[in-house]
Amino acid sequence: MNPNLDPALDFQAGPESAVSALASRRDFLKRVGGGVIVFVTLGDWAFAQEAAQEAARPVSVRPGLPTDFNAFLRIGEDGRVTCFTGKIEMGQGPITSLPQMVAEELEVPLDSVDIIMGDTDLCPFDMGTWGSMTTRFFGPALRAAAAEAKAVLLELGSESLKVPVTQLTAQDGVIFDRQDNGRRITYGQLTKGQKIERHLTVKPSLKDVSQFKISGKPMLRRDAREKVTGKAQFAGDIRLPGMLYAKILRPPAHGAKLQSVDTAAARAVAGIQVVQEGDLVAVLHEQPDAAEKALEKIKAGFDVPPATVDDRTIFEHLLRVAPAPKVVTQGGDLAQGQAQAARSFETTYLNSYVAHAAIETHAALARIEGGKATVWVSTQNPFGAREEIARAIGFAIENVRVITPFVGGGFGGKTFNLQAVEAARLAKATGRPVQVMWSREEEFFHDTFRPAAVVKIRSGIDAAGKMAFWDYSVFCAGDRGAPHFYTIPHHRTAASGTFQGPPGLHPFGVGAWRAPGNNTNSFARESQIELMAAAAGIDPVEYRLQHLTDPRMIRVLKAAAERFGWTPAVSPSRRGYGVACGIDAGSYVATIAEAAVNTEQGTVQVKRVVCAQEMGVVINPAGAKIQMEGCITMGLGYALAEEVHFKGGAILDTNFDTYSLPRFSWVPKIESVLVEANDIPPQGGGEPAIVVMGAVVANAIADATGARLLQLPMTPDRIKAALKKV
Amino acid sequence: MPDTISFKLNDQPVHLNVDRDRTLLWVLRTDLGLTGTKFGCGEGFCGGCTVLVNQRAMRSCSLTVKDVQDKEVTTIEGLGKDGQLHPLQQAFMEHDALQCGFCTPGMILAAFGLLRANPQPSREQIIRGMEDNFCRCGAHTRIIDAIQTAAAAMKGGR
Repeated sequence: MNPNLDPALDFQAGPESAVSALASRRDFLKRVGGGVIVFVTLGDWAFAQEAAQEAARPVSVRPGLPTDFNAFLRIGEDGRVTCFTGKIEMGQGPITSLPQMVAEELEVPLDSVDIIMGDTDLCPFDMGTWGSMTTRFFGPALRAAAAEAKAVLLELGSESLKVPVTQLTAQDGVIFDRQDNGRRITYGQLTKGQKIERHLTVKPSLKDVSQFKISGKPMLRRDAREKVTGKAQFAGDIRLPGMLYAKILRPPAHGAKLQSVDTAAARAVAGIQVVQEGDLVAVLHEQPDAAEKALEKIKAGFDVPPATVDDRTIFEHLLRVAPAPKVVTQGGDLAQGQAQAARSFETTYLNSYVAHAAIETHAALARIEGGKATVWVSTQNPFGAREEIARAIGFAIENVRVITPFVGGGFGGKTFNLQAVEAARLAKATGRPVQVMWSREEEFFHDTFRPAAVVKIRSGIDAAGKMAFWDYSVFCAGDRGAPHFYTIPHHRTAASGTFQGPPGLHPFGVGAWRAPGNNTNSFARESQIELMAAAAGIDPVEYRLQHLTDPRMIRVLKAAAERFGWTPAVSPSRRGYGVACGIDAGSYVATIAEAAVNTEQGTVQVKRVVCAQEMGVVINPAGAKIQMEGCITMGLGYALAEEVHFKGGAILDTNFDTYSLPRFSWVPKIESVLVEANDIPPQGGGEPAIVVMGAVVANAIADATGARLLQLPMTPDRIKAALKKV
Repeated sequence: MPDTISFKLNDQPVHLNVDRDRTLLWVLRTDLGLTGTKFGCGEGFCGGCTVLVNQRAMRSCSLTVKDVQDKEVTTIEGLGKDGQLHPLQQAFMEHDALQCGFCTPGMILAAFGLLRANPQPSREQIIRGMEDNFCRCGAHTRIIDAIQTAAAAMKGGR
C-alpha cells in the first residue's frame, strides 16, 4: 500500500521484512526517528460518537476504549507524510479519502501522503471498519492531527526563518514569508534532526469547506494500479517460507456435534499433517489442493440435531420466540388516530436471510516465532481479531500482531475472525506458518447472515388521505432505520431484538450486513407509504412531500424527482416507476427507479435508477458516487434474488449456483446525484443508498402491475403469486 | 504421478514437475507464486480465477495443468508488456472500475478474451460477454465503460 515509505520503516512490506521484529507500538515509535509526530486522543468527542454507535455490538468486538491515542501521523525528514489508522481498505475507499483529508489540512500534495492501515502494532486502536463511520468520526481526528502538525511546522518555520507565524503561509509542503517569497523552507528541512511529539486532546480548528483545495475534489482510487496489475496483496496472497495450507473438517449443520473421527487415510497421504485438537480437526500440506483432497479422506460422524425450522417456516418461528417489542419512538395517541382514520391498512412484511458473499473468502496466514504471533487477516476488525487470536492461543495481547492487507469485500461479514483463530491455533500446533482460506461452501456455512425479519405495520389515512396513525413493529432486524420521518400525528415504532439476536433465536450466525436493519425497515416503511398514497389517490412523490417537514429529506426527494423527470400520477400508473426515501449513517437518500415486469415469467428488469444523496460535506465526490452505485447494484440482489436456503442448521446454499449475485445484465442505468450541504459535517457514504433498494423496486413493480410484494427477495414465483391477487 | 509439464507462462517457458491432474489455479498461486489469479468459488461460477490460455479467457479453477501443456498461459501479472499497462488496465484505472479489487484481475482478463473475439463490441455485447463474472462491490457500470474505452483505445488491435 505504501510504495514510497521510508525504507528504514519497512513495515508494510512482504514477509521477508523486519515486520515481526517490532515487538510493540512503543518499539515502533522508538524506531520512527526524526520528524514531527502528532498523536490525537479523541477522548470525549469523535471516539465517543463511534462508541455510542457501537452500543449494539457484543463486547467481544468492543475491546474497550483506548487509553493512549487513536490517531497519528508523522512528517518525515524526506517531507513524506504517513498517516496511521486502524481502519482498513475493503473497497470503500478510505485509502484515498483519508490522505485527501490529511493533505488538505497539512497543506501538502496528495501524492506525498502515505497511509498504513489495519496493523495492530503500528496503528492506533480502532473499533473496526463498519457503520459508515470512517469519514464521520475518524475523519475529524485525522484532520485534527494534520491541522496540529501544520501549526507545529509553522512554529518551527517561524524560528528558522525569523519571521512571525502570522506572516507565514504553508502551501504544498513549503512554508514561506508572504512578504518575501524567497524566504521559504520545506517541511522536510524543518523536520530534519527534530523529534517533536505532540499530543492533541482538544479539537483544533479545521478548514472551512470553502477553503478546500484537495478535499471535496473527485479523486481516482489510489490503489487502482496495484489492483489492475495483480500486485495488490490480499491475506490469501501472502507467502512465507515453509508455510502449510490447512483445510478444516466442518460439521454438516450448525449445532452438530462430532461423534467420531477417523483420520488414518488422510494421515497416510505423503506430506500431510493432521491436527486434532478438540473441536478443530485439520489437514495440512504444502499445497492447498493436496490438503483439500486429503480432507475428503477423513471419516467423521456427527450427531445432528433435528431440523425444526427452514426457510419457509422461519418467520412463524421468529414471531413465536422473539422478545416483546420495545418502543423506539412514539407520539400522539394511537387510539385517537385509529378513530380519525377513514381507511386502515394492516400489512406484514418479510425479509429473508442474506449472505455477505464477498468474492474474497475469509483468509488468514499465521506465523508464530519467538513467542510472538503475526497474523495476516482479511478482516474489518483487526483489533478484535488480535483479541480473538490471543485468547485462542493463550498469548498476551501485545504478543499478537494482526496485519490487514487489502480486504476483498466485507459488507459487515468480516467482523468476526474464526479463520484467523484457526490459522493461529494450527500454526501453534505445527510450529509452521499456516494459511487458512475458506472455500465458498465454508464461506456460506460460517457467514453471519443478515437476519430474516418481520415487520408488522398498521396504519391509516383520514378522509382527505392524510396519514392519521402509524403503528410499526419490527422483529429481529433491529431498529436502525425503523423510526419514520413523516408527519403522522399518532404514531408508535417498536423493535423486538437487534440484528444480532438475542442468542438462540436464529438457527445459525447472524450479524451486521451493510446498513444492518435499515434495509428491512426501509423496505417495509416505504412500501406502506406507497400503499397509502395509492389508496389516497395521490402521486407518491407528492404524497411524501405533503408529509415531510425535514428540509434535508425534502431536498433529496425533489432532487431525485427533478433528475428523473418525474411527472405526477397515481399508482399504479403502469409506467413502472417507484420511489423510496431513507436515512442512514446521518445521510439522506431518495431513489426513483423504473422497472419493467414480465408478467408471464415473473421477472423484473430495473431499467433506470436515480439516487439523490445528501451526506453533508463530501470529501471525495468520486468515491461517494462509486459507493452509491455499489449500493444500488448490491441492493438489487437482496431485492430480487438473494435468499439463503436452509433446513435447521444445515445451509443448503454452498456456491453461486443456487445463490445468485447481481450480474451485469441486471444493472440499470444509474444516475447518482450528490446534493450539496456544506453546512453539515461529513456523514456516512458506504451504506445509505442501499437501504431503499427493496422498497423502490417493490414500488416500481406495484406501479407497473398493481401487485404489491410483501416479501424480499421478489423472486419470479413470489411476483407471479402477487400478480394473481391483483 | 509427477510428470513434467511444459507451457509458456507470461511469455516465459515453464517446466513443472507436478502431478498433471493438479488444478491450474493452485499451481499458479502456490508453486508459481502468481497470486493475482484469485480463488472465488472454485467451481467456475464467479470468474475470479480467469486466465488466458492461448489468448482465450478460461477459468483456472476448472483446468488442470495438463490442459495447458504446450499452450500459452497469461495471468494478470503478464498482461502489461515492457512496463506498460495494457489498455484495459489503463481504462479500469481511469474509470475507477473497481472497489475492493478482488475480482479485478479476472474481470480484465475476461474482457481481454471478449475483445479478442469481438474487438468493437456494443454495450449489450459487453454485458452478455461479462455476465458470468461476479463483482460484489457493484462496479459493473464502470467496468462496462472501461471495456468500451479500452476497445476504442485498442482500435480493434491487440
